[in-house]
Amino acid sequence: MTSATSTASRSKSSASLRHRLAERGVDTKLWLLVPAVVFALLLFVYPFAYGIGLTFQPLAGTQEKWGGGFFANYIAFFKDAFVFDSVWLTMRLALPAALFNVIVSIPIAFKLRGKFRGKRFMQTLLVLPITLGTVLTAQGLLIFAGRQGWLNRFLMETGIISEPLQLVNNYLGVFFSLVISGFPFAYLLISSYLSGIDPSLEAAAKTLGANWKQRFRRVTLPLLAPGLATTFILTFVLAFSVFPSARLVGDASGDTRVLALMAYRAFSEQLDYSMASTIAIMMGVVELIVIGIVFLGRSFLYKGSTGGKG
Amino acid sequence: MSLSANAFESLELKNVGRSFGGRDALVDLNLTIRAGEFIALLGPSGCGKSTALNCLAGLLPLTHGEILIDGKRIDVLPSEKRDFGMVFQNYALFPHLSVEKNIAFGLQMRGLPKAEITRRVAEGLALVKLEEHAKKLPGQLSGGQQQRVAIARAVVLEPRLVLMDEPLSNLDAKLRLEMRTEIRRLHQSLGLTTVYVTHDQEEALSLADRLVVLRDGRVQQIGTPEELHDHPANWHVADFMGYRNLIDLRVESVTGDLARVSGPDLSLTARLVQDAAVGDDIRVAIRPSDLLVARPGASTDGLNVIEAVVNVVEYQGREFAVGVTTTGGQNLFVHAETAPTAGATVTLTVDPARALIYRSSLDIVSAEQQELAEVRG
Repeated sequence: MTSATSTASRSKSSASLRHRLAERGVDTKLWLLVPAVVFALLLFVYPFAYGIGLTFQPLAGTQEKWGGGFFANYIAFFKDAFVFDSVWLTMRLALPAALFNVIVSIPIAFKLRGKFRGKRFMQTLLVLPITLGTVLTAQGLLIFAGRQGWLNRFLMETGIISEPLQLVNNYLGVFFSLVISGFPFAYLLISSYLSGIDPSLEAAAKTLGANWKQRFRRVTLPLLAPGLATTFILTFVLAFSVFPSARLVGDASGDTRVLALMAYRAFSEQLDYSMASTIAIMMGVVELIVIGIVFLGRSFLYKGSTGGKG
Repeated sequence: MSLSANAFESLELKNVGRSFGGRDALVDLNLTIRAGEFIALLGPSGCGKSTALNCLAGLLPLTHGEILIDGKRIDVLPSEKRDFGMVFQNYALFPHLSVEKNIAFGLQMRGLPKAEITRRVAEGLALVKLEEHAKKLPGQLSGGQQQRVAIARAVVLEPRLVLMDEPLSNLDAKLRLEMRTEIRRLHQSLGLTTVYVTHDQEEALSLADRLVVLRDGRVQQIGTPEELHDHPANWHVADFMGYRNLIDLRVESVTGDLARVSGPDLSLTARLVQDAAVGDDIRVAIRPSDLLVARPGASTDGLNVIEAVVNVVEYQGREFAVGVTTTGGQNLFVHAETAPTAGATVTLTVDPARALIYRSSLDIVSAEQQELAEVRG
């Protein structure tokens, strides 16, 4: 009992209120947060809330056609096949593109891990596409891989093909563009995760008799997996919100009728601002579902220290 | 535990060398290791001892020479085919695997049946006394426990050779002593042939059957702990073996195996370990424990006498480590049973037989080369 009373009297600190607050991180330095908070409120929280509000103010036409009062936009989203199909079309682009970026980055990041001559040059080359805008990439793709592009002309003149290959203005065009813009991100992230894994772990596995496949599967991959999941989510989100390339190098009324495009159309062509907001919000919801699933899987992985430089 | 894995008679390193971009990290290492032997590679950091170990493990390719086991070359085998166990300085335990899975890793790689893996993992755990930690992740263990897991992981494979790369250098002083005894016990009970890298001469002397002292990638001396401790081959080995006082002097006269050597302020009679002629620059090596603080009035017949002023006195339990400066400014280290006061003048004595004369130059002149030089002379 005596010990209990003594701890009770101890917990009443004799320090001043200011001192106690400072210990919990509440002090004058918090004012530094003010600009960030103002920006976040003005540029994110308010527009976001406003957008959500808009989705519950459907046009009279939408209400008449789909019913459901305030929720007419959402009912339209799920019931209008033209709109809802676009979810699958977007998924069909974003999932493979994100997977491709992650899977291709692994061996390249692996190969470029050590020190060698020309490493910086190689890395610069791989990361360069980040600096190109989507529009520039699209333009380049059209010039290079279009029906009259260099590639087709070269292949036709050398007689390898007789008909030009359809590489742009369809699914493939957008896929290429997503890889060009998404790969540098995936590569940069994965190579930094990889450098966080202590190389002596692989050396240890080697001396224990593991060949390179076993070393990768049993040691490197399990330690890299959480990083791969995070990288996948990042490139997926980038790919899911694809818009310019879907219009420029895609087939905007067919295979690459992505959600961002649908929202843009609702807004600019049908002047239905509330439906456009609904599609935008639903894009976020679909992304959150995918992120949720990936993070659920990630929670079963080992995420502690990997012994490297972090 | 029945580990008797000495699957070879002798392991031979022949002229093994390794260079990094033109810089020699290891030059002409020649060493024959017999089964069951405990070899320590000793030297300061950057002397090539870790390079030698990594070459043995197959983690670094050789640039020169070859490694043979019973006459068969193994330096061409990849690391995973050499059947050596290695213990790393930072333990290198797989952080995502539990202790028992870490220990089982190598056994699984060898494709052993499950029942045998379970049995040998249990034996390994018992060997390093970590049974109750079997299900824990390495991150949940202390440094000493992690190192024991690393040792168990290496020895359950019953490897032909165990390589240890400064396994105790990340542990605190008390734990280091305990683990040292542990490693010695394991070696004695299992008889595993071991190559052990360290920069700690005490560790090397207490563990090894034979020591290899390296400097700048070159072997300085190979021998038993007694040989190295009592008869260091050059001043560098002597320095490593606790001859903390190295005094640069010049030979004045030679009589038999004794020589009179002197400097600006110091004159000693000392024993010639390496040949030196009158006028040669030499280095005298004296252990702190051989430099005695003379009691007032004690006889100094036949002993060298040095006058010095006390600088620093460190208490070391049984005795005092004392730093002194001679009248000419030479710093010396002395052991004393009673603490002299700082600033006091003391008289030091040293037995001429305990003061060793080495050549200042460390270039190793083999008997063969010497003969050749004489013939050509």
